[in-house]
Amino acid sequence: MGNEAIALGAIRAGVGLVAGYPGTPSTETLETVAKYKPDGIYVEWSVNEKAAMEVAAGAAYAGVRTMVTMKQVGLNVASDPLMSLAYVGVKGGMVVLVADDPGPISSQTEQDTRHFAQFSKLPVFDPASPEEAYLMIADAFELSERLGTPVLFRPTTRVCHGCAAVEVEEQRRGVNPEGFVKDPRWVIFPRLAFENHKKIEARNAALCDEFSDYRYNTVTGSGRKGVAAGGVSYSYTREAAKLLGIDPKLLRVATPYPFPERLALEFLSGLDEVLVLEELDPVIERELIYLCGKHHLNVKIRGKLTGDAPNAGELSTELAKISLAAYLGIPLPAQQPRKTPPLPVRPPVLCAGCPHRASFYAVKQAMKGRKAAFSGDIGCYTLGNAMPLDMVDTCLCMGADVTIAQGLHRAEPDTVNFAFIGDSTFFASGITGVINAVYNETNIVLIVLDNSTTAMTGHQPHPGTGRTMMGNVVEKVSIAKVLEAIGVKSVTRVNPLDLDAAVKAVREAAAVDGVSAVIFESPCIAVAKPLTLHTVDADRCIGCKKCIRELGCPAISMENGKAVIEPSMCYGCTICAQVCPAGAIAVGGAR
Amino acid sequence: MMELNVLLAGVGGQGTVLASRLIAQAAMDKGFFARTAETIGMAQRGGCVVSHVRVGEEVYSPLIPLGTADLLIGFEPGEAVRCLPYLKNGGTVIAAQKAIMPVTASLGGAAYDGAVMLDYLRENVPGVILVDGEAICAACGSPKVLNVALLGAAVASGKLGVTMDEMQKTVEARVPAKYLELNRKALSLGARAVPAK
Repeated sequence: MGNEAIALGAIRAGVGLVAGYPGTPSTETLETVAKYKPDGIYVEWSVNEKAAMEVAAGAAYAGVRTMVTMKQVGLNVASDPLMSLAYVGVKGGMVVLVADDPGPISSQTEQDTRHFAQFSKLPVFDPASPEEAYLMIADAFELSERLGTPVLFRPTTRVCHGCAAVEVEEQRRGVNPEGFVKDPRWVIFPRLAFENHKKIEARNAALCDEFSDYRYNTVTGSGRKGVAAGGVSYSYTREAAKLLGIDPKLLRVATPYPFPERLALEFLSGLDEVLVLEELDPVIERELIYLCGKHHLNVKIRGKLTGDAPNAGELSTELAKISLAAYLGIPLPAQQPRKTPPLPVRPPVLCAGCPHRASFYAVKQAMKGRKAAFSGDIGCYTLGNAMPLDMVDTCLCMGADVTIAQGLHRAEPDTVNFAFIGDSTFFASGITGVINAVYNETNIVLIVLDNSTTAMTGHQPHPGTGRTMMGNVVEKVSIAKVLEAIGVKSVTRVNPLDLDAAVKAVREAAAVDGVSAVIFESPCIAVAKPLTLHTVDADRCIGCKKCIRELGCPAISMENGKAVIEPSMCYGCTICAQVCPAGAIAVGGAR
Repeated sequence: MMELNVLLAGVGGQGTVLASRLIAQAAMDKGFFARTAETIGMAQRGGCVVSHVRVGEEVYSPLIPLGTADLLIGFEPGEAVRCLPYLKNGGTVIAAQKAIMPVTASLGGAAYDGAVMLDYLRENVPGVILVDGEAICAACGSPKVLNVALLGAAVASGKLGVTMDEMQKTVEARVPAKYLELNRKALSLGARAVPAK
């Protein structure tokens, strides 16, 4: 897997500290370092990306080679330290790995980290494949240490989650940091920022030239109609060119910032037109337009801005082929769409037995007939918005449920405002929002969906789990105690799988004037041992479909007018049995 | 020069990722270059998932281009039909017979009948190999071996370019010892679903 390749490449390059926060598609990088963890490497899941960035920066000040891992939206959280760190610099090589997610496949935005590179004035590497990422990460460490600046490394989903054969070298660069040397350079002041700004501009101008000779920035092929690409789009472009039987003049940009200007000018010379194929934003396209303007070149640059390439979503060999064929005037055979029977619609849903289903259902039952709004957050539980639960009215970004609910309350004080937050998200960025509500006397009900793990990204530990990535068992940070310490008036812990108790707890919390909280505690079913299998007694089932209509459990479907439970999926959460008006669902059957 | 594209299509939780890794590993064990691309993340929760396996020195894209898959392994009939555009002319389809009802269908949103999908596959894909995965899982005593059973059928179809012994070795190297017997059985029962030539 690309993420594993990056991790192994970082280990080989002598990384001494890795910190991050889970986020698809970046997560497996840190997990792989932790899995191998040779002597001298420290690994942690930090509470959020900002914390991770600062931990890594501190170690890099002391000369340790460090890596921070996150997904693209994680960099928004870590942007405060990043922007200043770009001015302060580092001593040990520091690679900021930010995985972008074209599509998006598992994200809330299609933001492009290459912009962050330009914005923060930091060099960025853009690997095209897992095998290349393995080698390129060492280049990133080397450059970072040589220039004393953090460096961005930006793979995309298909590089992160693609697998390829990689030859891994045994030899590893030693971890021998010099240690922290006290120096005014580590304290950012306006005067220092001004001086360093000048140095950064000079350095980046030199990098434009240096990167023109970088081994992964290349020009191949020939002709007067050129093509430019970067990252995995370069792989799609090569595949599409192979299918079309062409070898156009092709610029491959592996370092979109600082842009390899000399190489790009060589590429542009003798061309009439260029088609740029890239995912997310038209970064290479704008750089080429800029170069044409700067050097008065009469070359037409085509791409997203001219409608010659898709301006949103993931690229593929097909899309690259269509754009290339249209650009080069190659006729493509018309595609006959297959006439298939109607295909099932299959949106992702909460797992069968997921305790979040019970929690959402309990709140829904408790608020029946009352005006209520439900602010949700990032995690598996965003799926609570699907029918029939329909319990997520808003979702914005990590931790926003707590504070969006406060704004909604100010606009509509007579609505009961609920904020749903997962345990990992609570630690990442929920706590300050709760303090805000208590301080400003804002009436909200906080619902903590505590399944004792970071489920969506594949079950990473967090401060509430009592485990660390170094394999240590530590004191758990108690969510209830944190809330009590903040001054939340009523804090109730309840098992959502006990429906009556759960509904009662929500009703009581909603009656509190001020901030109240219900912590629903039940482990994620993907890591917990299954409970007793349940079945439907067909003789007693009245076919009312209440279990399906109200719960939407993927294990339950109708067969011949009766509900049936798929034994391979049933976890034994018992919620359907508690909901069934005919008492037709009970323990039964064998796994 | 061997070049092979295998697409695996199913529903999150069915084990497509492990199956695609095993196919790629078996090819690599024979000295071929292989790459895969898998669905990881939110879509895993009961959504459609597709894994791409590509073998050969001159494959650049991690994703199989439409109309070029040599083999399509459908873990569910509707998902097999959905991914037919990837199949090349004359390509092979192996599909599990049991339909998985999405919640949307159960709620009455859109009707879904697995039998219709199976009929469509029989009519439109010459030589389609349908596997009674439910029976194999029952015989093995585990609902989790559908992926390995389909792998057995894929090996038996001859399309993967690996022998049963080679796949067996690859599985043994990747799967915990306590599940070895279970997987061996699923592999051979899956292979039996392929009619002898």
